[in-house]
Amino acid sequence: MSEKTDPKIKIEARGVEVFYGEAQALHGIDLDVNANQVTALIGPSGCGKSTFLRCINRMNDVIDGCRVNGNIAIDGQDIYSAEIDVVELRARVGMVFQKPNPFPKSIYDNVAYGPRIHGLSQSREQLDHIVESSLKRAGLWAEVSDRLLASGTSLSGGQQQRLCIARAIAVSPDVVLMDEPCSALDPIATAVIEELMEELRKDYTIVIVTHSMQQAARISQRTAYFHLGNVVEHGATQQIFTNPQNQQTEAYISGKIG
Amino acid sequence: MEDQHIVSAFDRDLTELNRMIAQLGGMAEQQLAAATELLDARNPAPIDALIAKDKELDALEFHLNERAIEIIAIRSPMATDLRRIIAAVKIASVLERIGDYAKNIAKRSRVIINSETNRADSISLTRMASLVQQMLNQVLDAYATSDADLAMDVWDRDQEVDQLHTSMYRDLLAMISAQSEVAEVSSHLLFIAKNIERIGDHTTSIAEQVYFLVNGELPSDDRPKADESSGANKDTDKGA
Repeated sequence: MSEKTDPKIKIEARGVEVFYGEAQALHGIDLDVNANQVTALIGPSGCGKSTFLRCINRMNDVIDGCRVNGNIAIDGQDIYSAEIDVVELRARVGMVFQKPNPFPKSIYDNVAYGPRIHGLSQSREQLDHIVESSLKRAGLWAEVSDRLLASGTSLSGGQQQRLCIARAIAVSPDVVLMDEPCSALDPIATAVIEELMEELRKDYTIVIVTHSMQQAARISQRTAYFHLGNVVEHGATQQIFTNPQNQQTEAYISGKIG
Repeated sequence: MEDQHIVSAFDRDLTELNRMIAQLGGMAEQQLAAATELLDARNPAPIDALIAKDKELDALEFHLNERAIEIIAIRSPMATDLRRIIAAVKIASVLERIGDYAKNIAKRSRVIINSETNRADSISLTRMASLVQQMLNQVLDAYATSDADLAMDVWDRDQEVDQLHTSMYRDLLAMISAQSEVAEVSSHLLFIAKNIERIGDHTTSIAEQVYFLVNGELPSDDRPKADESSGANKDTDKGA
């Protein structure tokens, strides 16, 4: 899994703190995410990994009483600065959730929705092209090309999740965030998504939250272990899973009583 | 295993692997001790039993491999657990090999004991064998207690075995040149000495596995080597 050249840093987080009202969920996270790699965030429930993931596209903004301190820069640009258009940011930083959540619309409209509202196509042909290429990249085209007008919710769980991936990448993001994208899928559908992620990282930077140690080990190049709102250890995935340097990381990945 | 797994059956699996290594190690120690005693006592009686016992070692190693595969498949071990299982498989293979060397020593001892030129000057051999037995005993302790320092101590001591082997090799070679009638017996003694020297090497490889198990990497420095019998102090791990 070693990369040939030193990867470029895509996302740079410094001193990120998150408060939900009085409760502090993150205690000063420093984390670099490399471009065109999959970075896995692992850790026990409530450790802050999903909270951190949601900071990267400012999804926490919509939660009442949530306050974010510190800096997160994407390509060197502070995403919490006043000039940032949050809607545009969320197009650049797409998100795929735990449960597939296609709109109750046709497969075509699910994928075309983002490009339409962001004005990414000038004609029907262009939109057709975006839908087709997004579905192809998400590995779904062959399965749905003859029924694009069928409802997105008529697909199987694994297909729905790939539809959500197609929807996220239709607006040409730089970064795709995934919050336990396979936890509702069977092993075959999971394998298809994992294979897809390896393909997608050529074009996108992927940050994934997963509870499956095996999945983190299989798909990511870097892994960060979160515990009680801190990053305890961050490094090459191979290192984290064969020879972690921190006792807490070791205990967690080995399923030990910490 | 100081930390307990949430799934306690996993702890039991790892304990079982440790127990099997301890058992295999004990058997290898016994076989080596029995083989080296043959020449001292000039008694061929225990040879057949020793040869038969080697099959038990082989069977136990096979069983350990099967258990290790099961544990990997079922538990998906990570980090130290994974290294412990891989180390157990490799150490078991080395212990089985040590058993083979002991068996070979026994077979050659029979020829020497039954020969008319039955020679008594195997003091260096006894010294080498007792040194290697101590090393084996110590490295098995190092494994049982995950003590990398103790393992490295064994690693360093192999030098002395190599030196003894070199000196025996020279003596026996001189003897063969001087008295052709002792050539057959001396050749067997040479091979026995080589077998013991190889057991020393295998013991150091167990020490390396213990170090790897504890630290997640192999020891960085080259092991000091003093075996000059192969010509130009070549890598003794390649064997004779």
